[in-house]
Amino acid sequence: MIPELGQFALILALLLAIAQCILPIVGAALQNRALMAVARPAVAGQAIFVVLAFAILTYAFLTQDFSVAYVAQNSNSLLPWYYRFSAVWGAHEGSLLLWLLILNIWTVAVAAFSRKLPQDFISRVLGVMGFISLGFLLFTLLTSNPFARALPVPLDGNDLNPVLQDPGLIMHPPMLYTGYVGFSVAFAFAIAALLGGELDTRWVRWARPWTNIAWAFLTLGIALGSWWAYYVLGWGGWWFWDPVENASFMPWLVGTALIHSQAVTEKRGSFRAWTLLLAIFAFSLSLLGTFLVRSGVLTSVHAFASDPKRGLFILIFLGSVVGGSLLIYAIRAPKVAGGKMFAAVSRETLVLINNLLFVVAAAMVLIGTLYPLIGDALDVGRISVGPPYFGFMFTLLMLPVAMLVPFGPFFRWGKADFSASLRALRPALILAAIASVAAAVIGNGMPIKGIAGIAAALWICGGTLLYAAQRWHQQPAGRRYTPEMLGMLLAHFGIGVFLAGVLVTEATSIEKDLRMTPNEAVTIGAMTFRFDGVVHTKGPNYSADEGTISILRDDKIVGTLKPQKRQYARGSQIQTQSAIDPGLTRDIYVALGESVGGDGAWAVRVYIKPFVRWIWLGALFMMFGGFVAATDRRFRTLPEPPLAEVTKPASPIIIVEANA
Amino acid sequence: MGRLLPLFGFLALFALLGFGIWWNLDHETNEIPSPLIGRHAPEFTLPLLDNAQKSISEQSLRGQPYLLNVFASWCVACEEEHPVLTKYAPQLGVKLIGYNYKDQPDDAKRWLARFGNPYAITIADLPGSVAIDFGVYAAPESFLVDANGVIRYKRIGPFTAQIIEKELKPMIAKLSSGATP
Repeated sequence: MIPELGQFALILALLLAIAQCILPIVGAALQNRALMAVARPAVAGQAIFVVLAFAILTYAFLTQDFSVAYVAQNSNSLLPWYYRFSAVWGAHEGSLLLWLLILNIWTVAVAAFSRKLPQDFISRVLGVMGFISLGFLLFTLLTSNPFARALPVPLDGNDLNPVLQDPGLIMHPPMLYTGYVGFSVAFAFAIAALLGGELDTRWVRWARPWTNIAWAFLTLGIALGSWWAYYVLGWGGWWFWDPVENASFMPWLVGTALIHSQAVTEKRGSFRAWTLLLAIFAFSLSLLGTFLVRSGVLTSVHAFASDPKRGLFILIFLGSVVGGSLLIYAIRAPKVAGGKMFAAVSRETLVLINNLLFVVAAAMVLIGTLYPLIGDALDVGRISVGPPYFGFMFTLLMLPVAMLVPFGPFFRWGKADFSASLRALRPALILAAIASVAAAVIGNGMPIKGIAGIAAALWICGGTLLYAAQRWHQQPAGRRYTPEMLGMLLAHFGIGVFLAGVLVTEATSIEKDLRMTPNEAVTIGAMTFRFDGVVHTKGPNYSADEGTISILRDDKIVGTLKPQKRQYARGSQIQTQSAIDPGLTRDIYVALGESVGGDGAWAVRVYIKPFVRWIWLGALFMMFGGFVAATDRRFRTLPEPPLAEVTKPASPIIIVEANA
Repeated sequence: MGRLLPLFGFLALFALLGFGIWWNLDHETNEIPSPLIGRHAPEFTLPLLDNAQKSISEQSLRGQPYLLNVFASWCVACEEEHPVLTKYAPQLGVKLIGYNYKDQPDDAKRWLARFGNPYAITIADLPGSVAIDFGVYAAPESFLVDANGVIRYKRIGPFTAQIIEKELKPMIAKLSSGATP
């Protein structure tokens, strides 16, 4: 009975979503206050029912209700309780419900923190978010009901995919979705501005903190996913350019462009049309990611079970949301000009370069991801492009970004002095040059990649710190580091840390695939690895072969690693569980391969990865930057409307004519 | 005009994605067409599992079609596939040849004794060197080879009753109807 209540709650949420979508938007068009007033109660009501549905599904997992088909497919009586919790979003149906839950949380937050905004504007914002919610509720109810019953009721469940039985995977989807879905706020603000014809720059100021928070969550979500792949998949890589990874990376790239262009539009009034377009793109790419993951159109290691009906539904939804918003854009968009003039050498130009490079990078990733499909469409066969394409193109596009980042804060709005900025940055440049030479000399054959990593890190981190120091000297105490400024500095510093991690790891990692018999030892650098054999152990719902590798330094044991190969009770999949000795300057990473030969020998992989942690450390800096910047009080004070706006005619049609 | 550009760009993408859905209705996305299909099976001479003194070559198998099934005692999915194969082997109308891959002969013999032996002949490739020519990257894998020694069909992963009915049997029927070029 309880699962049926869950389905019923979703139907009620759907009805409220319809109300939330239609009435406030119509009300805003007619300037009818009663209709607009429906928005907030509808948001609250919908959220209550979605939370209820989510709670009911969670309850079904915790109580092992295998009569619910989704529970039976993704849980098992042996599954530990904490994985039963995360199993709720372990497959397609439940993760959609998580999507809905997060969308509702964002909508409630927007409704709660927008009391100062004009009523017609916020009504349109909530209406647009209601439309998105409506689409996903319909999708859930029509094609992916998580509460469907299984008949006959199985005695036990199929178990959660072993790959997902990992602490990193408990948090990865919620963080990622919070980021994905968070871009719907910037999107809704942009559409509301287009609908209402309020194409001044006020909406951008209101949207900025939301965009920053969404971007920060997305950064965290992607970093968590990468970290998980690193230690679970057993080959020590951290990014694979897999279609699903790309699906999360594209909104991130466009989102990065968006937070920069929003800053320009808000402060200087330039790039208005561009900012609108980026807000539409960022969320569209989130939706596209959903399509790619759930339609089965592309093959991926972590695609959900495919179903053409689902693909068709999302495609239609994608078409109406993105096509509709681009159509509104085409009708209403302001001319790209506008705002204050800026010289060729100015902060605006730098942001423009940033925007172009990030958008082109996103387009490059999109083309690479869809390449197999393009091959089919042109009937030249299914061809995939792999890491070499992505790696080369991405490096090419990000190289100018890395070189220009430190100039960003030094350049003034409007017109900047290049030589003065370069003078200010000179210490960082000299430091990077000296360190590169030193690394080339001492590093004894360090590849160019590693040297580039060290140079890039010192240039970017050093340049960012130099600006922080300059502000310390030039600004009075209270105005040195506003949260907005501090957030930017943190995020830029993070880029340097990230680049050092990526390039140094890739250049200097030692990877040994060894065949080891018990008590055999191998020496890599100053460390000796001794294989102490493999024993059989048992976990709550799996059995495992567990190897023991002792790390010795000067004949003393300094560490022990126990990598496993797990065989879960249900399903034949074998899961590697690598063992890692983490460190800020290097990771020691050991994974167990297969048993080879009869003498107790095993294939063992030993990796030493210098600075690999800096990859995620850098991402954490960027994430903190996003959160810190969002707390700036300036965003919570309303700008005075421009004089022209006060006497604005009620009809927004004027704008269209003005631009025709 | 410039304002319509994003919309047109999206429409092109939309058409491509729609094509993707339509295309997937009758194509398997994860099927990687094996370059070996339509080509001669690689030359090999391998010892028999139960008598290492005797060996069999690819040449000697020509004349009638056969299904080569790659298995190993360490392979978990093979255990799943085995009862299906045992059940269908008599109905297939082609010789079923076991290809024991990177396995200790004693382990393999024990495994066959335990789960039953549907194979007419079993050959052993302990070092897995011939398997490289066949492009085997995991067990189980199966190759349908016609009377002329040409590979006509390949299955990666275990056979299920459904796949045997829907894919393998029609392929075998095509072989015997003489539809071979």
